[in-house]
Amino acid sequence: MIYRECGVFKANYRADMAIFPIPLDRWGVIIILFIAFVVVPFSASDYWLSSILIPFLVFSLAALGLNFLTGYAGQLSIGHAAFMAVGAYISLILYGRYEVPLLLSLLGGGLVTAAVGAVFGIPSLRIKGFYLAVSTLAAQFIIQWVLTHWEWISGGVFGTVDTPPMQVFGWPIDTPVKKYYLVLSVVVPLTIFGKNIVRGQLGRAWMAIRDMDVAAEIIGISLFWNKLLAFTVSSFYAGVAGGLITFTYYGAANIEAFNIMVSFHLLGMIIIGGMGSVLGSFFGGGFITLLPIFINQFAHAFGTVLKTDLLACLELILFGGLIIFFLIVEPYGLARLWRTGKDKLRLWPFPY
Amino acid sequence: MGRCKNTGVAFLLLILVFGFTFPPNPGQAQEQYVPCLIYRTGPFAPGGSGVGGGWEDYMELINMKGGVNGIKYKYEECETAYDTARGVECYERVKPKNPAYIHPMSTGITYALLDRSVRDKIPLVFMGYGRADASDGQVFPWAFTFPTNYWSQNTAKIKFIAQQMGGMDKLKGLKIANLHIDIPYGQETRPLLEKMSKMYGFEVRHFPVPWPGIDQKAQWMDIVRRYNADWVINRNWGVSCTVPLREAARLGFPRDRIVGVWWCGSEEDVLPAGPAAKGYYSANFNGVGQDFPVIQEIIEKVYGAGKGNLSITRVGTVFYNRGVVTGIAMDEAIRTAHKKFGVKPVTGEEMRWALENLNITEERIKEIGAEGLMPPIKTSWKDHEGGGWVRFQQWDGQKWVPVGAWVAPMREFVREEVEKSAAKYAKEKGITPRTSEALK
Repeated sequence: MIYRECGVFKANYRADMAIFPIPLDRWGVIIILFIAFVVVPFSASDYWLSSILIPFLVFSLAALGLNFLTGYAGQLSIGHAAFMAVGAYISLILYGRYEVPLLLSLLGGGLVTAAVGAVFGIPSLRIKGFYLAVSTLAAQFIIQWVLTHWEWISGGVFGTVDTPPMQVFGWPIDTPVKKYYLVLSVVVPLTIFGKNIVRGQLGRAWMAIRDMDVAAEIIGISLFWNKLLAFTVSSFYAGVAGGLITFTYYGAANIEAFNIMVSFHLLGMIIIGGMGSVLGSFFGGGFITLLPIFINQFAHAFGTVLKTDLLACLELILFGGLIIFFLIVEPYGLARLWRTGKDKLRLWPFPY
Repeated sequence: MGRCKNTGVAFLLLILVFGFTFPPNPGQAQEQYVPCLIYRTGPFAPGGSGVGGGWEDYMELINMKGGVNGIKYKYEECETAYDTARGVECYERVKPKNPAYIHPMSTGITYALLDRSVRDKIPLVFMGYGRADASDGQVFPWAFTFPTNYWSQNTAKIKFIAQQMGGMDKLKGLKIANLHIDIPYGQETRPLLEKMSKMYGFEVRHFPVPWPGIDQKAQWMDIVRRYNADWVINRNWGVSCTVPLREAARLGFPRDRIVGVWWCGSEEDVLPAGPAAKGYYSANFNGVGQDFPVIQEIIEKVYGAGKGNLSITRVGTVFYNRGVVTGIAMDEAIRTAHKKFGVKPVTGEEMRWALENLNITEERIKEIGAEGLMPPIKTSWKDHEGGGWVRFQQWDGQKWVPVGAWVAPMREFVREEVEKSAAKYAKEKGITPRTSEALK
């Protein structure tokens, strides 16, 4: 009844191009942002802030980056964790050794990662599909090798760069609440920026390439620039996410935190969340990072009845089962489920 | 289909709701809360479940005997699957319940927790893994590496190789191949080996194996045919530990010229290689088998009552016994704390004092019934390694057989390197090394 375009009159181009044309959507987003910025920091415990919400937001951001590349531009990448690692090391080095301000270090980490990503994007001009996947897999190993063997980066045999105490504009970031705000104030603008990219010319060019690259080229879309830009933008997001999670969560850049399994997790996030959907990246990020933790805590409720080794495996059994379940019910991901729900709501209570 | 979707959403909601409504319940007053970060799943499950199971079983045994001075353990598992992010989550989950100490059980998680443990005043104990330079209590007041660290182990390995060759002077001209997995854990010992090679006149070359190390054909071709190594140090982890044994067998390299790191020296590492593993040496810091009074007691009491935390067939294996040693060492630390601060559940700060003043003597080990199972440990506020004894063992095709007595590492040399490296860390992080036992 209330969720509909009916009665929303677009009198100018600005209104026509709004991100959320339906008022209820707009209010919904404002309410969510209000909750995220005001309610959550004051009501959530340190545990929730520091080990549930921060990883959720950061991994969603990384998934969003991968979604540009794989979901929108159709270029499969299974080396995305390595790009996160580049961002992590570079931003920590910038901040720790060269005393660049924190936000600028994050940006610098992102920019360097974007450049690295563009280089590894070059093969995409000649190969696609599974073959490209293999070349991005190579990126994962090449980057890992360089990061651990280049002494300037790894800083010696432990291969680890530690975070010095953090501060933004002289304001120390030491409590989980402050870290949460730091993450949120990076993730939200980047998400809005990303949403606008995919709505705009660039996003449309990517989608055209994804759907049929030959046709896209014929109508005048430069494959060269758009594919490389997809790699660049996507790696930029991955780099910022890598730096962010290292600053606020891991505390030290260590290559083991960005291994190939993380790349697969990221890919899993966008497949389950929804390819080619900004919201889907967040759904997927939540599904992959949070669900195992909830299942684990849920299973612990039966700790006295079940054997411990069964409990540990129960998590994998349930999690794997849920992945299969959701993919059978909705192969296009949780975002499509959401959209179906919204479409139903538009017609409610008079479906045809 | 529509209904199906609704049930799906409902199911997800149900799980979320249950996730919220079952927060871990806080421990009672007279219980010592011990969180166990463990990995029973994932690629390294044999190590995680083995060590974790042994450690929990020992606590269960103490509980059955009435607890530590009457205070029972309340241990709780948190599954990390060897994943750093999950490990940090586990740490944050158990932190509000005031654990007296944390075992991260993974090098990656250790790095992530180093800072947090200082801030939260919870001792971080990494027995035989993590970074070696954390043995320096001046820079790392909250980190403990006893009974030994990787650098001590490598000096002991060189000593062991010398023993096998018939004296330290026989090391001259020897070619040693350092086969390591190419992650920070694997690279950690490279500079130390290079320094030793200059001291003793042997030659060392490094052969990095890319993670996860399932294919090592090229490296072994190099080691055996081109480099013509006399000895190989096998510094891998998990499945990559087994590969060298098969490769060596294929190329005809003698297995009794390979020395493994202690994480490559379990039954799970050699059994998949079958007969190819016979003769392989590995380092260890605990005894193997069921022939220890304390292990017998666990089998009889804990497993007799059906309260074991692992399959009984794995009791007495390398990883299991390592877990029991962990349990004993931590139990002794809690007893030390009780002596100083009185009998009550120990806090992190009290535990840190106890861990710095830990003295597990030969007599005490005998009393526990663990003679030969573990080395004596004596720590101080400066030295968080507490001895560094290493033992070597050989696979005879059926079981691990101890070779010779416990080997002492080159303590002064290792200590010097540890302090140098720790000082560098302190400089990078802006830490002022403490100069007395008291924390500032």
